[in-house]
Amino acid sequence: MNRVVAILLASLVGALVLSVALGSVPLPLDRVLGALTFQSSQGDQLVVWQIRLPRAFAAGFVGAALGMSGAALQGLLRNPLAEPGILGVSATAALFATFVLYFGLATAGPLVLPLAAVAGALIATLLVALAAIRTRSVVTLILIGVGLSSFSAAIMALLMNLAPNPFSLADMVNWMLGTVDNRSFDDLLCALPFMAIGVAVLLASRRGLSALALGDEAAEGMGLDLKRQRLAVIIGAGLATGAAVALAGAIGFVGIVAPHLVRPFLRYDPARLLVPSALLGGLILVLADIGVRVLPTDSELKLGVVASLLGAPVFIWIAARRRLA
Amino acid sequence: MKLLEAEGLGYSVDGRVLVADAAFALGAGELTALIGPNGSGKTTLLRLALGVLEKDAGSSSIDGTAVESLSPVERARRVAYLPQASPLVWPQPVRDVVSLGRFAYGAALGRLSQEDSEAVQRSIRACQLDGFEERAADTLSGGELSRVHLARALAAETPLVVADEPVAALDPRYQHQTMQLFVDMTRAGRSVLTVIHDLDLALRYASKVLWMHEGRIVANGTPQETFTTTRLRDVFGIDAQVLSDGLHTRLEISGPA
Repeated sequence: MNRVVAILLASLVGALVLSVALGSVPLPLDRVLGALTFQSSQGDQLVVWQIRLPRAFAAGFVGAALGMSGAALQGLLRNPLAEPGILGVSATAALFATFVLYFGLATAGPLVLPLAAVAGALIATLLVALAAIRTRSVVTLILIGVGLSSFSAAIMALLMNLAPNPFSLADMVNWMLGTVDNRSFDDLLCALPFMAIGVAVLLASRRGLSALALGDEAAEGMGLDLKRQRLAVIIGAGLATGAAVALAGAIGFVGIVAPHLVRPFLRYDPARLLVPSALLGGLILVLADIGVRVLPTDSELKLGVVASLLGAPVFIWIAARRRLA
Repeated sequence: MKLLEAEGLGYSVDGRVLVADAAFALGAGELTALIGPNGSGKTTLLRLALGVLEKDAGSSSIDGTAVESLSPVERARRVAYLPQASPLVWPQPVRDVVSLGRFAYGAALGRLSQEDSEAVQRSIRACQLDGFEERAADTLSGGELSRVHLARALAAETPLVVADEPVAALDPRYQHQTMQLFVDMTRAGRSVLTVIHDLDLALRYASKVLWMHEGRIVANGTPQETFTTTRLRDVFGIDAQVLSDGLHTRLEISGPA
C-alpha cells in the first residue's frame, strides 16, 4: 500500500468516527465506542446504529463510488473534466426515481425508490454499452450521454410541471438536491452490491487506463483491447454511479474534484488513480455531510447543494489550469 | 517465415479508394522505408497491415498468422507500432510513458518487473533520453517528445517495429542517429518499417523502399534500384537527380516538376 492510500484511508476512518460523534447531540468518543460495542445506553446505541452510522457510511460509499467512477471515466475519455454522470447514467437514474415519486409508488416500500434508480442506471449503462460496441469514437459516446441526460432532464421537468400535488413536487425537488439524511442499513444493502460489482469491474480493468494515456491508436498498438476496455469502464462506472445516485440522489463535482486532487501524487497515472480517488471522494462527502449537520441553518442543508457549492469553483479552477491539450 | 506479409490489401471510404491491391513482405534484418507524397495512403496501409483498421480486401499475416486471429496482446508482442501522433493528456514523467511500451507483457506502472525495467532503461538510453527520466511530458519540446514515443515503441523489444514518421520532428542530428539506431537494430536481426518524408534519409539508410502513389505500391526494391529521376517526377512531382560517386548515393532536388 503506498503512502497516498495510507494517508487517505486513515483520514477517511477518522472522518467516519468524527461523523458518528458529531451531530445535534455531540457524543464523546467513549460513548461512541460504548454504543458501537453495545455497552452504552439504548439511546446512544439508537443514535449511532440507526442514524449516524448508516448516514456516515452512505456518504462514504457514495463519495467513493463517484470518485472512482470519475477517475475511470476521465482516463477512458482522456479528459480531466469528465464526471461520473457524463454518459447519462445519473440523469436516467434520477428520472426513474422521479417517476416513483410522481406516481406515489415510494410508499409501497422503503426500497422501491433506490431500486427504481438502479434500474434507470442499468438501462442507461446498457444503452451506452451497446453504442460502444457499434462505434469507434468516444466522442459519439459522450454525445449519446449528453442526449440521454438532456432527455431525462426534460422528462423530469415535465413530471414536475404536471406534479399532482405540492407534496410530490417537494419530494422530487428534495430528492434531486441529493442527501444521505435518514438512510438506513437496508438502503445501503440495496445499493452496495451494484457498487461493489462496478468497483470490481473498474479495478480489474484499470491497467488499460494507463495505456489509454497515449491515445486510442497507440494503446491498441500496445496490446489493449479497446472495445473490451471501453465496455468495462462503461459498465463499471455505470453500476457504481447508478448505485450512488440510488442511495443519495444527485451529488455533483466529487467525481471530478477527487481524481484531480490526487493525480499529481500518483505520477498522473490513470490506473493508480482509482483507489485514492475513491478514498478522497469518500472523505470529501463524509466531511461535507458533517458540515451539513453541524451548520446551524433553519432547514437542513442538502449534501448535494453543499457539494456543488464547493465543487463548482474547483471545477473552474481545474479547467483554467489544464496543462496539456 | 515473413515477419509481416500483406497481400491485395484494399480499403475505401465513401467510394474513395485509399489503398488498393497493396502487397509487401518484411523479413528479418531489413530496414524498409515507406515513402510517398501526402495522402498517398501510407498510414492507412500500415494500419491495415497491422489489423488496427479493418480492411475491405486482401490478407495480412504476422509471423505467418493472420492478423485477425491474433489477440491485441499477441500482436503487440510481435510488432511495436508507433503512430504518427500520440497526444498525451496527462503530464506524466518520461519513464512512465516509456514503461507503457511493456504493456503487452503485463507491466503495470509503478510495479515493473526487473526484466521490464531493464528493457525500459535500454530503450531510454538508445533514444538518448538519459537524464530526462523524471521530466514531465508537457515540459518537453516536440522533438524530445517524439523521441519519448519512439523509446516507448522500442521498449517492447519486438522483432518488428512499425513507425509512422518517427523522425519528422527531430533535428538533423537526431534524425541521423535514429536512422542509425534502426540500422543497428536490423543488424541484430530485427526489422523496421518506417514511413519517412526525407528522401535523402530513405536513400541513405533503408535496405528496401516501398513507393506509394495514390493508394498503390508502385515500386518495391533497394534504394539503388528504385530511385530514378522518372519515378521521383511521377510519384512526388519533383525534379531531382540521383547522384552517385560509386561509394555514396545522394539526391539533389531542384524543385517541383
